[in-house]
Amino acid sequence: MPRDFTPKVITANALLEGDVVYLTEAGIWTRHLAEAEILTDEADAELRLLDAQAQANTVVGVYLADMTPTDNGPEPTHFREDFRRTGPSNYNHGKQAERA
Amino acid sequence: MYSYNEFDSAFIAERNAQFRAQVERRIDGSLTEDEFKPLRLMNGLYLQLHAYMLRVAIPYGTLNSRQMRTLAMIAERWDKGYGHFTTRQNIQYNWPELRDVPDILDALAEVEMHAIQTSGNTIRNVTADHFAGAAADEIADPRPVAELIRQWSTDHPEFQFLPRKFKVAVTGSPNDRAVTAAHDIGLRIVERDGEIGYQVLVGGGLGRTPMIGKVLAEFLPEADLLPYIEATVAVWNLLGRRDNKYKSRIKITVHEHGIEDIRARVDATFALIKPTFSGVDQTMLDGIRAQFAAPTFRSGPVHHYTAAYADNPGFRAFADTNLAAHKKPDYAIVTISLKAHGATPGDATADQMRLMADLAERYGHDELRISHEQNVILPHVHKSDLPALYTALREAGLGTANIGLISDIIACPGMDYCALATARSIPIAQEIALRFDELKLEHEIGEIKIKISGCINACGHHHVGHIGILGLDRAGVESYQITLGGDHREDARVGDRTGPGFAAEELLPAIERIVYAYLAERNGPEETFLATYQRLGMAPFKAALYDEAASYAAE
Ligand code: HEM
Ligand code: SF4
Repeated sequence: MPRDFTPKVITANALLEGDVVYLTEAGIWTRHLAEAEILTDEADAELRLLDAQAQANTVVGVYLADMTPTDNGPEPTHFREDFRRTGPSNYNHGKQAERA
Repeated sequence: MYSYNEFDSAFIAERNAQFRAQVERRIDGSLTEDEFKPLRLMNGLYLQLHAYMLRVAIPYGTLNSRQMRTLAMIAERWDKGYGHFTTRQNIQYNWPELRDVPDILDALAEVEMHAIQTSGNTIRNVTADHFAGAAADEIADPRPVAELIRQWSTDHPEFQFLPRKFKVAVTGSPNDRAVTAAHDIGLRIVERDGEIGYQVLVGGGLGRTPMIGKVLAEFLPEADLLPYIEATVAVWNLLGRRDNKYKSRIKITVHEHGIEDIRARVDATFALIKPTFSGVDQTMLDGIRAQFAAPTFRSGPVHHYTAAYADNPGFRAFADTNLAAHKKPDYAIVTISLKAHGATPGDATADQMRLMADLAERYGHDELRISHEQNVILPHVHKSDLPALYTALREAGLGTANIGLISDIIACPGMDYCALATARSIPIAQEIALRFDELKLEHEIGEIKIKISGCINACGHHHVGHIGILGLDRAGVESYQITLGGDHREDARVGDRTGPGFAAEELLPAIERIVYAYLAERNGPEETFLATYQRLGMAPFKAALYDEAASYAAE
């Protein structure tokens, strides 16, 4: 039996900086998970993924990451995505520094 | 130390120019990521969790102050002001941008450094005892032969697409500080009837299937070394499992065929290869050896040292833990701890790197070493300079007196940086170090090695830690498995798994229970943690870990 499709976002790393990025509804890459588009339909997600993968001159390693939709936008279901969103925990470096 | 010749410089310059063009073509879209990835990996450039990561080789861990200053400059100019020294005598930069990497490589080339063969299925950076050329217990300096192997293996056409990566380590002392038993080939310099030769170990390695190397040759004459290693790699290159990444390392080949079969094949290949070696390798080795000549040691009184040792408890603690015996009695080997309590093990800021470079120039005959334990060593310091050196280190936050103690932890980058990680390593190391510093138990506990890896690849050497910690992912939650009794020295041993893992917040109390069990069970302060474990086995530690009734907690 196929598993139910759980909500996801499209994520990758920026080609030039390596930063973690997410795809927005407008099809632009953002550094902020809160701005990412939540995909709840499997067929739609597959199409969007193909589109994203075609942007190989901007991003590297595109994939779908599991999320829980909340009022503040998508929240990671796995700690790996949580760390990718935030940056390393030993320094205030990466995205967390830029946001501060 | 070794200096590049014209050929070396031209080779690196050409490689860098090639890579610069490749980066440009990736950025302008003429290369796809699939085409570019192997090219960037050939130049030590990985893509990690939050950024690119550049791995730079520090051959056999040896640097001069000029090189260290360049590492600092790179950290400041193109990274976030620090670098991470690893267990394989590399430095990793965690935040370079793709566009800048060719400039970084050019800056490295100016001081005769590079990132070639720091990735990929090739012979990787050759590592050696970090006390090489200085240790009182040394039979011979392992670096000339490590350099010979580096020259032979770099860009060796036959060995660029091996079944898997291949790691070689060399020790020149019977007290093995290079973890030779956990390398694909481990070389131990030995002496027999006044003649220098090599004991050759093969098939050691950590990772998913940890194995201790087996003796392939008990005593190999010096002239046979290079053809013999070439024969060994050639045999594995043919036999190695290319069908299965997990079975591709030479340790599996040795395990599957048996050491006798491998030895017979190596001997046969060696007999074929040997005549093709004209002896020029021996001439080269002599030339290399001349470049590793010891500095001109000073003689002079050491009463500054003895006076400071008697009067200054801080200095005494530093001297007791961070100094090692030098072959010249008036000299000492100084290990600078990159493990200040709460710091990230192995990280040094640009300022700290520059200070260490200055101190090496001023007090250390311009030599620095990087240890596999992620510390920095000044191998030759006259004892009379030690008090001044200590003061300078302390002012820069580099005077921590904890070498070999519970906070001198090896930790891989783990999930804070590494794309392969299943859990974090660094915060665990930070927590343990801070906690035992707070308990003021560190010196009481004495020698103990904690080693942490963020996944089964074992970059943090957890298998050979007295206490090994392996980070895992248990249904989306960080979980940590503990092993006990591992040893990385000449009688290396893989640690024993204690039982079920611990959640991140349960781990520190678990480590504390192990340590208290040791303190309660040991036959006095002379008996180290490892010795106690070897005497008693797992039982009391397992009880302390899992049996609610057994409580050794400090009352
Ligand atoms: C962050 C980027 C890194 C990546 C992607 C990486 C990847 C790997 C992989 C895949 C293995 C397993 C290889 C095998 O068994 O076939 C491995 C092993 C190892 N790595 Fe790393 N590693 C990284 C960083 C480090 C660091 C920072 C260190 C030192 C602190 C290190 C030192 C080692 C060592 C000592 C081993 C065990 C070697 C062996 O016996 O097989 N690596 N690494
Ligand atoms: S052990 Fe795993 S997590 Fe740690 S550096 Fe190696 S590959 Fe990364």
